Amino acid sequence: MAGEIYRKPIMFAIVAAVVILIGTIATVFFPMFTEGMHPKLENLKPYTALQLAGKDIYQREGCNNCHTQTVRPLKTEVMRYGDYSKAGEFTYDRPFLWGSKRTGPDLARIGGKYPDAWHHNHFENPQSFFKESNMPKYGWLKDSRLDPVDMEVHMKVNGFPYTKEEIADLSSKTELDALVAYMQVIGTAVKRAAPAAPGKASSDHEVENPFKNDPKAAALGKDIYDQNCAMCHGTQGEGGIGPSLTDDMFLYIKGDLPDDDYYEVIHNGTEQGKVEEGRTMKGGMPPYGGQLDKNRIWQVISYIRSLQKK
Amino acid sequence: MNDYQYDHQTVKGFIVSSIFWGVVGILIGLWISIQLWKPELNIPPFFTYGRLRVVHTNGLAFGLGIGAIFGISYYIVMRLTKRPLLFPKLARFHLYLFNVAIALAAVSLFMGMNQSLEYAELEWPLDIGVVILWVIFAVNVFGTIIKRKEEQMYISLWYIIATVVAVAVLYIVNNITVPAGLFKSYSVFAGVNSANVQWWYGHNAVGFIFTTPILAMFYYFLPKSTGLPIFSHRLSIIAFWSLVFAYLWTGAHHLVYTPLPDWIQTLGIVFTLFLIAPSWGSVVNGYYTVGSDWSKMQTNYLTKFFIMGITFYGLQTVQGPTQAIRVVSSLIHYTDWVPGHVHMGTMGWVTMTVAASVYYIIPKIYNTEIYSIKVANTHFWLVLIGQVMFSVTMWITGIQQGALWKATNADGSLKYTFMEGLVKNYPFWQLRTVAGLIFTVGMLFFIYNIYMTMRKGKAPAASQA
Repeated sequence: MAGEIYRKPIMFAIVAAVVILIGTIATVFFPMFTEGMHPKLENLKPYTALQLAGKDIYQREGCNNCHTQTVRPLKTEVMRYGDYSKAGEFTYDRPFLWGSKRTGPDLARIGGKYPDAWHHNHFENPQSFFKESNMPKYGWLKDSRLDPVDMEVHMKVNGFPYTKEEIADLSSKTELDALVAYMQVIGTAVKRAAPAAPGKASSDHEVENPFKNDPKAAALGKDIYDQNCAMCHGTQGEGGIGPSLTDDMFLYIKGDLPDDDYYEVIHNGTEQGKVEEGRTMKGGMPPYGGQLDKNRIWQVISYIRSLQKK
Repeated sequence: MNDYQYDHQTVKGFIVSSIFWGVVGILIGLWISIQLWKPELNIPPFFTYGRLRVVHTNGLAFGLGIGAIFGISYYIVMRLTKRPLLFPKLARFHLYLFNVAIALAAVSLFMGMNQSLEYAELEWPLDIGVVILWVIFAVNVFGTIIKRKEEQMYISLWYIIATVVAVAVLYIVNNITVPAGLFKSYSVFAGVNSANVQWWYGHNAVGFIFTTPILAMFYYFLPKSTGLPIFSHRLSIIAFWSLVFAYLWTGAHHLVYTPLPDWIQTLGIVFTLFLIAPSWGSVVNGYYTVGSDWSKMQTNYLTKFFIMGITFYGLQTVQGPTQAIRVVSSLIHYTDWVPGHVHMGTMGWVTMTVAASVYYIIPKIYNTEIYSIKVANTHFWLVLIGQVMFSVTMWITGIQQGALWKATNADGSLKYTFMEGLVKNYPFWQLRTVAGLIFTVGMLFFIYNIYMTMRKGKAPAASQA
């Protein structure tokens, strides 16, 4: 009886289709109609025309081949990148862009981490930031302008709200502007949390640099500085994308601050509007507390102090 | 003379086309493997890693893989139904359309038209072309099987039928988009839901492109070339039905630790573990088939291709489920371990089995013997060495990446910045390029052998005419 099926191709195909559809219905079709598959965070906003243009370029250039956009709820991952990804962050991504390979770092929390200028310069020449980076250069995106006609269609298809002026403005923007605008919005529906290294609050450190005036520590600090800080603050601390570290302005006001505040800024980064020692931050400095341990932060400070003495 | 002459031209056409696209795909693979440690080789806008990588995967999965599947399936179907294809002219049209579609696919991917769905990158106009290709294939395969002259359908036909049915469902559903112009579209699925649909598709592309049609070849050509009957018909029945049942549940193992609802992840992992059983059903069947006379490994040069192929399949189907387990996934996911895994399946299992099938078919079509068994053996050893070296290198660097990303200092802070981890990959990535080169040289021996066999075969045919 059962053997009959191997003589009846149509029946065989129907049975095969049913067998194939069982798992499909259970794990793909059924969930589609549950709320759990369509979550949305309250403060998640639709993309603006410029951001959507950037996302289109991100897809066109295949950025997702090397960069993921999902932080797993694992201790070290949260420390390295920021808060783990929430289901409700991706409602406007059609399709999702989580990726499957991290040849480069995850980008789920890249939005707001660096200033725009950082991204512009980094896209143009990643190797000037990280000498040994293998990322291709994307400066050529500066040479193409956006097409407002296309983008209006894209906005409509996605059902995102837009204004005529917003669309018209696109003609003055380059593809690189759009890509940077997209970078800056990724993951921003979740409030940036200070990096939490387990058992180590940012205040849990010496008030004085334990390596003060230790030339060996300053030498170690130079390596860390060159890899992580020089691209924004200059190789000699003269400034660039970020402020100078060798003039006597600190957090936009004349007058140096104690080591302790240096530690605070390096560990937690700067957050717009936050006040430190009566000085208001403008944001732009990413937190390094998850990536650099206490000693390495102090060594960098030693090196910065040695630059200031020059 | 040969009643099947016309159909054989189509089979041959698909084989030659698939070899051509295979060469393109492999060369681009070598190129992007070098780009990873030498970024100067990125030439914008068309030849950056982000664009080339999808030409590599699509070129090999669709160009080499599906081209070979279409052609070799036609051959198998004709033999097992004991009749020519029902629509030979349609099959010829299929061949032309296939090549046009792959060429356009390659151009569109160079241009950056990309849906960002892995293994479903092609934009909607090409998706329609792909569906037409499969409909043509389905019509011919089903038509020929229905009008067959052999009552019983052999195992290979089950796998071909399952392939057609599954690909239809998977490809159409995952590619449903809303066009926003001719070259751009947005998926109807968003966020978490789109991730679930994509990896249901993505993993079953592995299941129904890199597994079932290749098993159809394995079950047909292993007994044909060795003269040994399949060990257990009953085992092949159980393996078939449990494989096509379980595969569809497993896609979520690609999304472990993502925001996908936990129950779908867990269900995916459980079914992935179960999948070892039906996979090994075919592995055991293959081993025991040759087990009745192991001397075939020495006396018949094709036997070792099939046995090595099914061995890689066996390793692949144990490694895959292992990777699905959460604790393992947390270490190796997003690292180079995964390309190491994938390439064992594609360079080992798929390419080994397809090459052996082609070695069997081409001399049959030309009514001659293979040009050189020695060259075939050289091909075998080179691709074997290249493949093992490739995968082992990637596994080591994958474990290293995963470990460096997780490493912490005594106070709990991270031990390595991302860049400090990245630079440690470079020597391994260079070694991988060397492995790829060895594999490529092996494939050149294969192509040379096939070319010479065709030349040898043509001579008598021409003299008769």
